[in-house]
Amino acid sequence: MTARYGIILNIVNAYTYNPPMTLSSMNPGEIATIISIHTDEALHQRLLAMGFRAGKTIQLIRKAQFSGPLQVRIGTTDILLRKAEAEKIMVQT
Amino acid sequence: MKKIALLGMPNTGKSTLFNRLTGSSSRVGNWPGITVELLSGKILLGNEMVEVIDLPGIYDMHGFSEDEQVVRHFLHDNVPDLALIVLNATQIERQISLLLQLKQFNLNMVVLLNMADESRKLGITIDAEKMSSALGLPVFLLSAKYGTGYPEALHAITQSLHSSPPAMTETVRSLLEQDEHIEREISRVLRDTVQIPALLPDNLTDQLDRFMLHPWLGLPIFFGIMYLLFQAIFLLGQPLQIGVNELFGWLREIAIAPLLGGLPHALQGLLLDGVYNGIVTVAAFVPLIVLFFLFMAIVEDTGYLSRAAFLMDALMSKMGLDGRSFVMLLMGFGCNVPALMGTRVMRSRSHRLLSMLVIPFSLCSARLQVFVFISAALFSPKAAPLVLFSLYLFSFAAAILTAVIFKRHYPNTEPFVLELPPYRFPTLRQMAMRGWLEVYQFLHRASKFIIAGVVLVWLLTNLPPSATPASSATFAGMIGSWLHPIFAPLGVTPDLTLALIFGFVAKEIVIGSLAVIYGLSGQALSGALAAQLDWVQAYSFMLFTLIYTPCLSTIATLRNESGSAKFMGFSIIWSLCLAWLLSFAFYQSARALGF
Repeated sequence: MTARYGIILNIVNAYTYNPPMTLSSMNPGEIATIISIHTDEALHQRLLAMGFRAGKTIQLIRKAQFSGPLQVRIGTTDILLRKAEAEKIMVQT
Repeated sequence: MKKIALLGMPNTGKSTLFNRLTGSSSRVGNWPGITVELLSGKILLGNEMVEVIDLPGIYDMHGFSEDEQVVRHFLHDNVPDLALIVLNATQIERQISLLLQLKQFNLNMVVLLNMADESRKLGITIDAEKMSSALGLPVFLLSAKYGTGYPEALHAITQSLHSSPPAMTETVRSLLEQDEHIEREISRVLRDTVQIPALLPDNLTDQLDRFMLHPWLGLPIFFGIMYLLFQAIFLLGQPLQIGVNELFGWLREIAIAPLLGGLPHALQGLLLDGVYNGIVTVAAFVPLIVLFFLFMAIVEDTGYLSRAAFLMDALMSKMGLDGRSFVMLLMGFGCNVPALMGTRVMRSRSHRLLSMLVIPFSLCSARLQVFVFISAALFSPKAAPLVLFSLYLFSFAAAILTAVIFKRHYPNTEPFVLELPPYRFPTLRQMAMRGWLEVYQFLHRASKFIIAGVVLVWLLTNLPPSATPASSATFAGMIGSWLHPIFAPLGVTPDLTLALIFGFVAKEIVIGSLAVIYGLSGQALSGALAAQLDWVQAYSFMLFTLIYTPCLSTIATLRNESGSAKFMGFSIIWSLCLAWLLSFAFYQSARALGF
């Protein structure tokens, strides 16, 4: 009974606590893993060159005031990007 | 002569390395296959002269920005004998992709892992020898800023130059498509050679950014820094300028005037009041430019300019621009010309054109010169800095207004993705180099312009020979009175109208031309201006000077960078209209209010 309950809880956890979300909905200080990037070819290539790749760990450092850009950290690089672009990047905490 | 090309991503200290390599021998020049000018320098390596070329920083070899195309075309048409690949050691795991892309070209290469000092502080250890054998290329750790590791690298560069000439394949594009191969290579090379701590230590940059990029303190700190910058330039620059003017005045008294004493009167006037005054005008500029770029180098090299982009982006995106346009706008406060050239990093053409339309409204150091002189002549020492500050605000307002009006014609589709470098302290060497380079370029670019302009004013104000110099009977007086109906509603006198005409050539000659028109200079000219104008007229004149076309150099750059004479013409006409309308609105409402 308890074992089954535990499995159900795990499944529930997987869906309720770690749903995929956009990079823009992360909070400052949070760390997540990049799942997918949904941008056009040109931006995708630029993001790749800056270190955005599925599976990479990404940290949201801060958000600028008035819905301004986001500062994120991938590996040793800090990058600024706008909310509009961050909405096209899916992450999972 | 053999060629060495410097290649790397932005923020790798490539330019610092270039300066260390070439000293101050660099020059700007044209290259086959590309339309932009590149910095290069000739140096003695081993026992032969070689040319070192600094290519624009790029992120990847098959990118779409103009810089990336420039690099590709340059490499295609000017295969270098050696490519120096400069990578930022603190970001090695990401930057190595560019190196592996370049490796496929079979170029003769030496890899330089720069900023070794910073990577060591971050706890990143790099085994250069192991990496060298994994890559099959010479790899060196160095700090271009402090010079550590530099002699060893220079030795290897000299050696590599002697090895066999490189082969360049025609199938550049198809080779570059092999992303997957590159990714496999990255993990192979990095696996055994680089160790990066899982979480970077909380360093000085993070601590500083907590204040500098604070949600509420960030913007006030930014504007505070800008205000202090302007105050410092004003307070330090003015005495220096007066000093230079006095020095040249003294030289004229004791040496130049007696030397020319034997010449006919008219020729003497042309040489002394035309040519010599022109030279003095140029010279008086030098301390201001050095000061401005010393401060600008600090703001830029410390990494604060990128922070400014972060803070201002929310506001700028509403105007159809982005944080980078704002950074270029700020660069424009030094000189519009490099700022216009800097818009090359923008990938969307319409976005770039809108930025180029806005940048000429930046109050550049040449206009600052005019405003410093006139505000010192017409306003009290207490009010002058405030007048100056208000003109900076008008400069921003004109830029914002233009952007808002035209943003629909130049829709912005370009994404804003920008790297944020850590804070760095620029070395004195870097700052001095920057100041020297800017002054050199100014003297190189502007001196002929300015001297020719001042001589032209002298001719116009002294011809025909029958007329009393600078009177209404001269050609100058005729042009002034002919244009007077247009400028009278702005409170601008015929004398000032003439100065505006020459300001179209370069703002540097506005004060010089006034000196010729009035036949006075320095304190005497200030006095004459104060006697002839009231503050409303002077301010209206400064507003017009601020907003109409900056100079011929800017116009030439607009034409070159946009590749469109139509766009250049549009920019000129728009700025003239806006200048007239704003000055008219200011002058008439100030008079209506009883000033």
